[in-house]
Amino acid sequence: MTSNLPLYVLAAPLLAAFVVNLAGRVWRGSVAVLSLGALLFSTISALLVLQQVLAHGTIRYTVGGWRAPWGIELVIDPLSALMLVLIAVVALLATFSALASARQELPGREHLFFTLYLILISGLFGLAVTGDAFNLYVMLEITSITTYCLIAMGKGRAPLASFNYVIMGTIGACFYLLGVGYLYMLTGSLNMADIQSILPGMYGSISVATAFAFLMVGVWIKMAFLPLHGWLPNAYSLAPSSTSVLIAPLMTKISVFLMIRIIFSIFSPDYAFFQHVGVQHLIVWAAALAILIASGLALAQTDLKRMLSYIIVAEVGYMVGGVWLANTAAMTGAILHIVNDALMTLCLFLAASAIVYRLGDSKLASMQGLYRRMPLTMAAFTIGAFSMIGVPPTAGFFSKWYLILGGIEAGPWAWVYVAALLISSLVNAILFFRIIEIAYFQGGGEHGHGAAMPRQEACAWQLSPLLLSAVALLAIGLAAGPLVEHLIIPALPAGF
Amino acid sequence: MNIITSLLPVAAVGISLIGAIFIILANRRPNLRESVTLLIAVGKFLLVLSMLPTVLAGGGFVFTLAELIPGVPFQLRVDAMGMFFALVASFLWICTSIYSIGYMRALQEHDQTRYYASFAVAISATIGVAFSANLLTLYLFYEMLSLSTYPLVTHERNAEARVSGRKYLTYILGTSIGFALPAMLIVYAIAGTLDFTSGGILSDTGVAPGTVALLLILFVAGFAKAGIMPFHGWLPAAMVAPTPVSSFLHGVAVVKVGVFSILRVIFDILGPDLLRSLDLGMALTYFVSITILAASLIALTQDNLKRRLAYSTIGQLSYMILGAGMLTASGMTGGVLHIAMHAFGKITLFFCAGAIYVASHKKYISEMDGLGRQMPITFGAFALGAMSIIGLPPLGGFISKWYLAVGALQADQMPLLLVLLTSSLLNAAYFLPIVYRAFFAAAPAATTETGIREAPLLCLLPLSVTAICSLALFFYPNVFLRLVEMAIAP
Amino acid sequence: MESMLGVVVAKYNYWLYVVLMMIGFYAMIGKRNLVKKLLGMNIFQTAIILFFVSMGAKRGGGIPILDKEAALAGAVKVAEVVNPLPHVLMLTAIVVSVSVTGVALAVLQRIYKEYGTLEEDEILDKIGRS
Repeated sequence: MTSNLPLYVLAAPLLAAFVVNLAGRVWRGSVAVLSLGALLFSTISALLVLQQVLAHGTIRYTVGGWRAPWGIELVIDPLSALMLVLIAVVALLATFSALASARQELPGREHLFFTLYLILISGLFGLAVTGDAFNLYVMLEITSITTYCLIAMGKGRAPLASFNYVIMGTIGACFYLLGVGYLYMLTGSLNMADIQSILPGMYGSISVATAFAFLMVGVWIKMAFLPLHGWLPNAYSLAPSSTSVLIAPLMTKISVFLMIRIIFSIFSPDYAFFQHVGVQHLIVWAAALAILIASGLALAQTDLKRMLSYIIVAEVGYMVGGVWLANTAAMTGAILHIVNDALMTLCLFLAASAIVYRLGDSKLASMQGLYRRMPLTMAAFTIGAFSMIGVPPTAGFFSKWYLILGGIEAGPWAWVYVAALLISSLVNAILFFRIIEIAYFQGGGEHGHGAAMPRQEACAWQLSPLLLSAVALLAIGLAAGPLVEHLIIPALPAGF
Repeated sequence: MNIITSLLPVAAVGISLIGAIFIILANRRPNLRESVTLLIAVGKFLLVLSMLPTVLAGGGFVFTLAELIPGVPFQLRVDAMGMFFALVASFLWICTSIYSIGYMRALQEHDQTRYYASFAVAISATIGVAFSANLLTLYLFYEMLSLSTYPLVTHERNAEARVSGRKYLTYILGTSIGFALPAMLIVYAIAGTLDFTSGGILSDTGVAPGTVALLLILFVAGFAKAGIMPFHGWLPAAMVAPTPVSSFLHGVAVVKVGVFSILRVIFDILGPDLLRSLDLGMALTYFVSITILAASLIALTQDNLKRRLAYSTIGQLSYMILGAGMLTASGMTGGVLHIAMHAFGKITLFFCAGAIYVASHKKYISEMDGLGRQMPITFGAFALGAMSIIGLPPLGGFISKWYLAVGALQADQMPLLLVLLTSSLLNAAYFLPIVYRAFFAAAPAATTETGIREAPLLCLLPLSVTAICSLALFFYPNVFLRLVEMAIAP
Repeated sequence: MESMLGVVVAKYNYWLYVVLMMIGFYAMIGKRNLVKKLLGMNIFQTAIILFFVSMGAKRGGGIPILDKEAALAGAVKVAEVVNPLPHVLMLTAIVVSVSVTGVALAVLQRIYKEYGTLEEDEILDKIGRS
């Protein structure tokens, strides 16, 4: 029973996806019941897996009993177990809101929407656990294809944004596939552990470097690492709210996880960071530049969802930089930031979704007086915003703390990155206080109009996950010490 | 030392945080809401007071709330220095609460619930800063204070409030994230801890002199609430807030949190010995001397009473840093003591400015000719407050300035003594004319008939109390003096 | 120069895929017509599929169907059969490629319905005007 647990995590939403498609045609209510049920099941299983992994070490599960390196192997190390839990929890919370939004945005097509939605989630689970380089490509494409569709379900320019994403996403996936091809030619294996054991003898080879470069560029496109970010802002801001609450928190974060997986499970940190002199510094500097440029672009936006999309791009820079600083503090920060950023983005996108639900759009200008109209939504939004800025004791402060500490420890060459993080925090403060100011002050200036604005909160389906995510941000912040000690430190890849 | 693990400091910090929830719940019932405010104000003071005997006996309280980062817990600790500040702040909060009720009701202000709730959170943060056991905890409460005062500064919600609010956050949040946060991280990277330790935590680490200088600059710039030039611009702008906010937050809590943070850093993080050996203390004193003189000169030119008080505050705050920077026993005593002396004096002055506004709707000094004859109590208190700030006996301000002057002599720095004397003269030059005008100048004919009377009792009472306290502190400074001596004792 | 040419000729299949890939890449990035972009994408994917397929090929290699008796006796000559694994992988990759193309075509239909054209310039023009 327990030995098949990892598979159940990803099988539950996959099965539910097909049942939803059929049952949803007959009875509308089944969509909610099935999706929430399946995700709840996944969440519980994921928690059990995490507990097992922490207690007994990495689980290696051979799918269908075909032994590695020939069969597909699922490798659940503490980091993937953490990712499983993160995906499950975020998806579960997002689904409440997505159900409400989908009813409004896609009436009568919810069962189709949730079929794709659930397949996407099981694809994400698959990415987190797979130990096979080619299987990873397949999972990557499963998540991408469903995402293309989910984005294209939006109104107006959404299909165009989706098409651009198709083109960019495919280039990314193809680069990844090419990299895998090189590795296969070199080692004759697709199993990550197997490749890792064979490769060291060839580290000097330029083919290995080429493979590594292809793999990296592939995941960088998928995670929208500036300057490869072009597809993201349109795709995320034009997608239906029900889609963006799921993909915004998870897609970029899982790609960062994949980058860590490639570096640590296929190659080795020594190879990735130190074999080619200068590459490490260049990438950290690129990350710093990415943070600065994306923050600057976020300043220019007049739409909440677009602004948040650019912030996501900046946050990707945080994590890439953190990983490539290659010291314990920075790696802790990067992994903690994967968790925190997923929750912060979830919180903010849930708030945006609730605002769109009531206001019809997410333009900053239409948010006037929102503190009176939707006080609870805005309270949660404010906590999310503080976390993005990095105000203690919200979660965002602590991952930033470790990232900056890592930057300081790395030495003078990394000061650019530290400066970029600080400047980005300041820019975030400007970005969010601009919104808070608009929402706090009434239109028209003088006070007294407040009474005329009726209180009109978002519906309970959207409000409850939003408040939960906000509370989670505070709770994680206050529990940062034990969390890092018991979850993040064990999840640090071997060698750190 | 007898350190007791106890929930008392948590209760002292938390009571107003919990109280804020009750204030929000009592939204539609003003009497209940204001009773809650008073209740938690008195409760907080009593909680702080209950810890005083132990602290005076050389003991302390400590409580760890959570482990945030390895070696840096979220921890509250009551020591002499924190006690000193908490005592001043929590006592003055009672006065401010009473005054707020009088002021807000007299002016029939809007959104009073939000006002009282934000105020309660702000005082929690202030006491939190006082009782922080390490720099990270302090930073946490420091930011909490910045954010909770934003709704208070922008209370008017008009265009001017909007601009001021923006300026306020830009200075306060910008400097704390941009300067204080990296400084804190550098300290952590070097020392591996952020605990406030008497004598500093950097002395034994063999840190490079350049780094210490950099840290001092970052911290002084980072805690911009202390209003040291060039990071003072937010304070005059914040005067757009209702007067009780200006008086308590921008006369006492917020600004002194800034000073307190810098003093903590000088005493317990960088360490006086380290600074002395690198001559950085003296550099700091000369730097803040500029602020002392410039702020006093600018204050002379202000016609808006609250703005004049704001610039006066900026100047006086730098006295405290000046004293600490001298790194001599008397100088440090004077610097810390000035926190209390200035608090009582300045809050009286602000209360008076508010009372004048409530009674006559006058904001400008040029309109106040002859007003003292109609409002004798208010202007009497104003005169006492002003004398305390100038440093005349028999008022509290004299004592701290005396210590500062002695400190300057001990450090053999005649220029600093000159700065202190010049500034006192300037203080007199911008305060005494107001008193003179109010009592002795002929009132414009029109106002005599309008029948301006004293402000409501709830406004008058607190300002009388704080004025009398200023007076009393000259004769009975012992408790505060003892606490300060304990705080600076190595 | 001589040896360079030798390298190209000896590994002509790989050079072909590089050329194909670049054609596809150019179409994806450079062309303004959305269908042409999609075609470019297909060419790009095909190039990679061919790359994998020829990876498994061996000069003179036969089909990888083994005689059970001979295989059990340990007499399989690896050099005589092509490597089937890349080919199997590419079946999956082809499925992926077809799905992506299908989705992209469906998206293109929606774009066409919305804007009445598939020329990127004209679409951007229309967005700019609205």
